Order: sequence, then C-alpha cells, then structure tokens
Amino acid sequence: MLGYFLRRILYAIPIALGVTVISFVLVYLAPGDPLNAIAPADAPAEVIEALKSAYGLDRPLVAQYGLWLLRALQGDLGSSIASGRPVSAEVFSAIANTLRLACVASFLGVFMGCLLGGIAGYNKASWLDRLATTCSVIGVSVPHYWLGLVLTIVFSITLGWFPAMGAGPGGSGEWSWDLEHLRFMTLPALTLCVIPMGIITRTVKALVSDMLEQEFVVSLRARGLSPFAIFKHIAKNTAPTVLAVAALQVGYLMGGSILVETVFAWPGTGFLLNTAIFQRDIPLLQGTLLILCMFFVVLNLLVDVVQPLLDPRMLRT
Amino acid sequence: MSIVRQAVQRSLLLLPFVFSLSSPLHSETVARYGISMADIPLTTGQPDKGAGAYQFTGHTIYDPLIAWESNIGTRPGKLVPGLALSWKVDPKDNKKWVFALRKGVKFHDGSDFKSDAVVWNLDKVLMDKSPQFDAKQSAQVRPRIPSIASYKAVDEYTIEITTKDVDALFPYQLPWFLISSPAQWEKLGRDWNKIASQPSGTGPFKLDKLVPRERADLVKNVNYWDKTRLAKTDRIVLMPIPDAMTRANALLNGQVDLIETPPPDVLPQLKSAGFKIVQNVTPHVWPYHFSTYPGSPWTDIRVRKAANLAIDRDAIVKLMNGLATPAKGQLDRTSPWFGKPSFDIKYDLKAAKALMAQAGFSTSKPLKAKVIIAQGGTGQMLSLPMNEFIQQSLAEIGIQLEFEVVELENLYLHWRAGAKSDMNAGKGISAINLGYVTADPFYALTRFVDSRYISPNGVNWGGYNNPKMDSTLDTLRGNFDTKVQDKLLAEVHQTMVDDALMLWVVHDTNPHALSPKVQEFVQAQHWFQDITTLRMK
Repeated sequence: MLGYFLRRILYAIPIALGVTVISFVLVYLAPGDPLNAIAPADAPAEVIEALKSAYGLDRPLVAQYGLWLLRALQGDLGSSIASGRPVSAEVFSAIANTLRLACVASFLGVFMGCLLGGIAGYNKASWLDRLATTCSVIGVSVPHYWLGLVLTIVFSITLGWFPAMGAGPGGSGEWSWDLEHLRFMTLPALTLCVIPMGIITRTVKALVSDMLEQEFVVSLRARGLSPFAIFKHIAKNTAPTVLAVAALQVGYLMGGSILVETVFAWPGTGFLLNTAIFQRDIPLLQGTLLILCMFFVVLNLLVDVVQPLLDPRMLRT
Repeated sequence: MSIVRQAVQRSLLLLPFVFSLSSPLHSETVARYGISMADIPLTTGQPDKGAGAYQFTGHTIYDPLIAWESNIGTRPGKLVPGLALSWKVDPKDNKKWVFALRKGVKFHDGSDFKSDAVVWNLDKVLMDKSPQFDAKQSAQVRPRIPSIASYKAVDEYTIEITTKDVDALFPYQLPWFLISSPAQWEKLGRDWNKIASQPSGTGPFKLDKLVPRERADLVKNVNYWDKTRLAKTDRIVLMPIPDAMTRANALLNGQVDLIETPPPDVLPQLKSAGFKIVQNVTPHVWPYHFSTYPGSPWTDIRVRKAANLAIDRDAIVKLMNGLATPAKGQLDRTSPWFGKPSFDIKYDLKAAKALMAQAGFSTSKPLKAKVIIAQGGTGQMLSLPMNEFIQQSLAEIGIQLEFEVVELENLYLHWRAGAKSDMNAGKGISAINLGYVTADPFYALTRFVDSRYISPNGVNWGGYNNPKMDSTLDTLRGNFDTKVQDKLLAEVHQTMVDDALMLWVVHDTNPHALSPKVQEFVQAQHWFQDITTLRMK
C-alpha cells in the first residue's frame, strides 16, 4: 500500500516539472508583447527597451525560465507586470473565489448527475431514461456563455431574484456563507454545473445499466436481497469510476470557466486568466497556470490514493 | 401620575436624539459606476489603461500642474490652471517655462504641496536613478511628456522646466502628468505597492477602499482646494465590468447606477426601461491608416480619396444604434482645429467610382489591399461588423480588401513597428485599422504627420513625409500665441484631409447609460471626464 502511494507521488514530480515548462513556454508562443500591459500603445522604442531590462525580459528564454523556476520553488511567483501586485496573492485570492463557486457547482453537478444517471440506468429504454439522457445531452451541449446570459435575463433582469454580477455586495473580500452572498453565487453556479451534470449522468447511466446485467447482481437478487441492498452494492462498484470522472470535472471547474466568470464578473481564476491573457501579463499568466495545473496534479493524486481504498483491486495495477 | 408625567417628559426630551439615530442629518450619497476595464487602473499616481483611465484614478485622486477643463459639455474644453496658477515661457530662452504654483494646497495625508513635490514627481518618472523612480508610472507618462529636458525648483512655489526644443505646444502635455505625495511614499516605507491602496494626492477624491479587479471606493475630499470642483456625490464606487452585456445587465438589475459604453443592441431596452443615454462629441476617430510607402496600393491620392467617398457613414452610425458620428476628417467638425479642407468627405459613390477609373481600377479590375484589424477591444467600436461594412463598400468601387485579424494587443505591435517593417510590408499589409485618441494637438495631428515621427521613432505609421507639413509644424512649435496656434493646427488638419492621409469613418461618442437615480452627469467633449459632476437624486 505504502509503495503504491509513494510510486504515485513520484510519478507526480515529472508531471509537475513538465507543467512548469509548458506553462512557461506556452505563454511565449502566443503573439503579443508583455509590455503592452504597462506601456501605452505609442510608447517609443527607448521606453520599451528600458522596461524590458527592468523586468528581465531581455534575457534569454532559458535564463528567464531558470530564474522563474528557482523563485517558484521558493514560493515566489513574482509580481504581475500590469498591477505590480504579487502573483501568489492575486492567484490565491482568485482561487478562493473559484473554489467556492466550483464546490457549489460540483456538488450540484455531481448530485444531479448521479441522480439522473441512476434513474436512467435503472429504467433503461423507458421515458425516464430518455428524459435523463436529453438533460444530459443538453447539459453537455449548451454553450456556457449563452446559458449564463439567458439565466441572467430571466432570473435577474425580468424576475429580479438574483444579482446579475459580482461576488457579493462588498466584493469577494467580504464573502460569507449567508443568504445574501449565496444569491450572488446562484446563477454562476447553475451555469457551471450543467456540464459536469451531463457528463456524470452519462457515466452513471452507463455504469448502472451495465452493472445491473452482471451476474453478481443476478445472484444477489436470487439470494433475496432487497432492492436497496442491491443498490448499495451497485453504488460501491460504480463509485471509483464516478469519483475519477467527478474529480476531472472538479479540476475543470477549478480552472474557472473564463466565459462564465466573465459573464458574471466573478473574480475567480477564469476572470484572472482572461485579464492576464489579454494584457499579456506573463508572470500572472505563468503563475496562474502553474497553480491550476498543480491543483489538477494534486487532485488526481488524491483520486489515485482514494480509489484503492474503495476498490483494493486497484493496488494490483 | 407624576411618575407617568415624568416618564413622558423624559421620553419627549429623548425624541430628538432617537430621531437623530434613526434618520441621520446627512446620509451619504453613493454612485456605483460600472466601468469597462478589467481592473481598476493604477492608483499610485499615473494611471495605466490609456486616456480613459484618467477619469477614474487619475484626475480624481490627483491633480496636474495644468488641467484640462472637463466639467463642461457644451463646447470643447481648454487648458486651465491646475496646481500651477500660471505659466509662461521665458522670453529670453523659449525653451524655458516658468510655473507659478498654487499656495495653500495640501495632499490628502496633510503634507504641503510645494515645488519640491513637483521635482520629486518628475524624478519619479524621468530619473531612473532616483529612489522614488517607478518603472510602471514612468512607462505610462514618459511617452506623454516627451519634450521635457530638465527641471528645477526656483523657490518654494516656482518651478522651471526646460524643453528639448522650442515647443509652444508643451503645456498640452502636462494634463497627463499627475502629482503624488512624497510624504506618503516615505510614510509607507517607500513602497509603491502599499501606495496603491493608500494613495495620497491633492485631488477632489480620496481612495477609501481598493479590491483589485472588483471595486475602488472614492470618497469626496471635503477640503479640496478648488471649490468649483467639489464632488457632488459623497462616494463613487468604481466596479470593473469588462463585458458590455454584463455591464448592461448590472444596470438593468440595479446593481450599478451608470455604465460606460452600453452595447448598441441593448439601447432600445435601456431607453424603454427609463435609462438615459448620454453621449457627446469625443476626441476619437475610427480610421484606416494608409501606408504611403512605395509599393503600397494607397500611394495614389485618387484611390485614397475614392475610398473616403465610398463609405455610407450614416449607415454605420445606424449600425451602431446612433453611438457614433460620421467623420469628416481626423477631427470632429466642431473642433477649433478642423479648418476648411477643400476635400469634402461624404458618401458619393459616383465620384468614388470616377476617381477609381482615373486611377485605372474598377470592379472588373479591382485593386487589392490587405488591412490589419483587431477582433475588438478598447476604442475599436464594433470592429468586425464595421470592417465588413467597409469591405463591402469598397468592393463596390473596385477595392478588394483582405483582412488580417489579430488581437488588439498584437495590433499595437504592428502599429508601433510601422508600415515599412517586415511584420507589415513583409506580409503585404498596407493599412491598419486602429481607433485613435485625438485629444490634443500631438495626439490628434502632429504624431501622424511629422516626418520625424515616422516609425519606429513614433506612430507616423504610413511614413507620411510632406516638407510643407514639417515646415508648418516647425512654425507651430515656435509660436506661443494660442490664436495663431489654432490657425496653424487648422492648416495641419486641412492638409491631412486634402491629402486623404487616412480613410476616416466615424467618431466614437463615448456613450454612458444612466439610471433614473442619476440626477446630473456632465459629459465633457474629451476622454478626460470629470466625475465630480456626478450628482445622485
């Protein structure tokens, strides 16, 4: 068991290193100049050159990467070129906002997905199955941006039930889990949860309907177990796969949906990335990508650790 | 009975106090302003994010030596005294400017404004060896005050600035240069990042709260030195909402009281819901800037003029739901520098076709040209639909346009590089579509027509080189009479239009949408807006 965990942790190290290389190089591949973030569009060449030197952007790419990695390993992700604020403070503040949103959206998505998928799996080829599958297809297909706008028009502007944007009356810095703040979160969370809901519905449906046809379920029925007891067996057998899929979805949500956070002006990682990309704010972009990728790596590591606890057969792989 | 009477008497005595608690004598007036930027502009002294940012964290918290009159909407503003009461050029040496500073002005932190603060601030942005030098602020303002060669304090309230060359237009550069408090910088451990959340200027507002990317609360500076510009609202909350539709939704939902740049599609809904749309003449133009280098398809003036005559600008204004005005040149017709160009820019398809025929082109034998455009962004209006409109219009007279579509930030690189560079001429690009701020003589005119500013030395992108124009500009720089300056600037503009240096399409009108709660907002004919004029009901 311990060997398995250590092996998984060791696997994560080259992945993390690869992530740093990719996140550093990718932002340099995109066209544009990071100094656009701070210099006026008509800044003369001498000002641009002075800035390049001041920010170390005149050094070779390898040297820049080396310095960045060295600092990153010490927990210093540098400062945003545009705002001058420390990248780590910017990213962690945005991650906190996205995490809140992602938790609620994930809970809704996973709960609804398991519910709809379970119903569809137990009622294969019935109208309930078709209804659940339709919900799932709509969830996966509907564009976030469009859904966000429609929800805003209906529930915010027409009915006036929820705010149209923002993360609270006083900004995200004053967040608390009360009704007033949850009103701000409702529409973005609903918009975000539809994709995980759709994917998990399809996964659970396929697993449950497949499981119901397996011999062990037939033998459980033959032994006279109650439907609920059989359901518990099915749930336990489907859990590892659902967990893996759900973790991936949580990871995607943690990346923050750029579109959803832009539509609702939610100050999370998607909003931050959007700003960083358009401003070519390289330190901010690199820092945000790194933290998000590392989050993915850690999340997958956790899943790898939890899965064998649910299904010990995994240890053999 | 007497106990009851006593109790009643005491209660009556307490009533005023109770009322004072429940209904304060003065409740704070608050305006929530949805701005189009993705973040609050820099608050340390020199705002980033362009000219439009000065109205938020520039001329609110700080003051310049010479200000731009922005609290009037019925005519173009003019230069007015700011922290300098007066200024004059030294008659013996026309490169020397002497500024008499205003007395009795205090920074928000209580320290006095004196000439040493001006020198300290100039060092902050121009002297990279000074301890207070800030690369970010310097990058913002240095390109806007290119004439300054040296400076010194003559006495406590007099400053002398020497320019590199004789430059009569130098005062127009100074509204960009803002003065922050040296004492506050010392107090906060010489840390500009700390200054960002606790800035200190001399302006009509103080920064009360800053939440990056979410809000900045500006509160009225009751001790502001200019009593005519005391804020009419106690607190203005700036809320960055970069998506236009989200801004409009926030306004409709009542989360904000006014917004910048409502999307044209939402105007009918806003108007029918009782919201007011305000707009004004704005120093902005949406043009195609032509390359005039050999090999460019635009070297023939007949082609450039034909392009200008082929555009139905009223139709574009309609496309924008009225949020634009047709361009007759680089400047709006009401500008004192518009002049009397002989080339009348209008929609005249017949004349355009005739000019193209003279140049040897027609729909059957079209002229091909490649234009670099942005997919959107600040100042670009409805970039893609408008460009497609131009493409169709020019096709009618035999100009076949091909677009290279890039992000705005990337477009700036192509702009700075100039038409002759490999990234432009090398790819066959012969025109660039970029919204231009035309706020002052340099920004509106001289930077585009002076041969000394041909890229990469400036943004004379197309390489326009006209000795007569250069001579006029030299005369202009050496003449300190503002009436003569206006006349010469009008000549410059006339020549620009008569040479059809660009394809001028429309001017932005910098629209704002106001909720019925807003009682007053004066929209100046400038990108510098004075939000002290904002009054709530």
